[in-house]
Amino acid sequence: MADWVEACAVDDVDEEDVIRFDHGGRTFAIYRSPDDEFFATDGFCTHEQAHLADGLVMDDIIECPKHNGRFNYKTGQAKGAPVCVNLKTYPVKVEAGKVMIDIG
Amino acid sequence: MTTTAKKRDYSLVGESTRLAIETGLASAEWYHTDVPRKTMKELMQRSDGPAIRDTIIWIVAILGSAAGIIWFWGTWWVVPFLFVYGVLYGSSSDSRWHECGHGTAFRTRWMSDVVYHIASFMLMRNPVQWRWSHARHHTDTIIVGRDAEIAVMRPPDLIKAALAFTGILDFRYSLPTLVRQAFGKLSDDEKSYIPEMEYGKAVVAARWHMVVYAATIAVAIALGSWIPLVLIGLPRLYGTWHMVMTGLLQHIGLADNVTDHRLNTRTVYMNPISRFIYWNMNYHVEHHMFPMVPYHALPKLHELIKHDLPEPNPSIWHAYREVWPVLLRQLKYEDYYLKRELPPTAKPYRGEFHEVDMTAAAAE
Repeated sequence: MADWVEACAVDDVDEEDVIRFDHGGRTFAIYRSPDDEFFATDGFCTHEQAHLADGLVMDDIIECPKHNGRFNYKTGQAKGAPVCVNLKTYPVKVEAGKVMIDIG
Repeated sequence: MTTTAKKRDYSLVGESTRLAIETGLASAEWYHTDVPRKTMKELMQRSDGPAIRDTIIWIVAILGSAAGIIWFWGTWWVVPFLFVYGVLYGSSSDSRWHECGHGTAFRTRWMSDVVYHIASFMLMRNPVQWRWSHARHHTDTIIVGRDAEIAVMRPPDLIKAALAFTGILDFRYSLPTLVRQAFGKLSDDEKSYIPEMEYGKAVVAARWHMVVYAATIAVAIALGSWIPLVLIGLPRLYGTWHMVMTGLLQHIGLADNVTDHRLNTRTVYMNPISRFIYWNMNYHVEHHMFPMVPYHALPKLHELIKHDLPEPNPSIWHAYREVWPVLLRQLKYEDYYLKRELPPTAKPYRGEFHEVDMTAAAAE
């Protein structure tokens, strides 16, 4: 079942950047792509406990700040060592200037 | 009654490993100097330009000095060419391996991967195994029982450390390791940090290295010449001294089992040639604290956060002079270490303990 929650305002995220969003004891990462689209994934790297929101967004890649593991944040696909497990992604929509994610 | 200090167990599957996990030292939260996100984002930006420029210089210098070795072979004029080629092959490959392993040197991933594999071969390092060991080194820097890349263990073996400059010990370790891995055998330590799904890749990589070495030996025999071996493989012996000279300084003599890179890692100011060979890894505290920052941006990062770091050693010589008496003392007391003093402008180690309000406790 869908469970849409408001993550942030559109302007809270710079283009080609990421921010952290905590909700209900969970942490998420909210991305704004160079094409001005929004995406959401789990907030922690699947390799070790590191906040992806401290990492670097390059095109459709998020690079983890701890070991430089790379994921495609649009699909969650792990792009090679040291990350081997894909990242969970969440549906996103923008309504009235707010970024909503479905954490259901 | 006498008490005996407990010896450190550097195995990655032993008593120290268990203790590190139980006490929370393994995969711990490490200290980071506060840097605004916008500034950090600028520092982390990738660019192909600096690394392409440096790699062209590197390759031209390698090929030029190799040509000099072939041309002047059999005369004394070959010596300076051996000196240059050896350092480029046996030492500067380490920093290329390192930066490209992190994926920060180039923006374009395949460029990083190509240089990473070439440099791994030069160093006789299994590219799969060492990618994982280095990830562990960053997670658990100088945590005994966890870090797979502690260069000088306590009590220090000074003969071993001195021999490291010749490359003999590393050669004796690296080549048999590759042979063992090529036969499909990974050690328990290696298995402790390489995920099972990567075992096959590690074996295949070791086999490729073996194929190239076998081909080099075959060419040397066919030509009746030492030159192929002097150019491929042996520089790991005669050119490794610069890598050891700079690399040993990264952590030697400093604290172990702390979760603050300012206390277990050393930044040393170096001359421009060493910095080119070492790709700015002399800014080592900065690198460990922010491994996302490419080598060419480390001097800028250093300027930005140096108020929060111990005073860097002003030279390689100074750093060795500082650490030598510490090593001598560690021969007798292995718990002894060089305490890095933080400047008054720095946040203290484990700042959270300093921020505790004790007035309520005192009132009780």
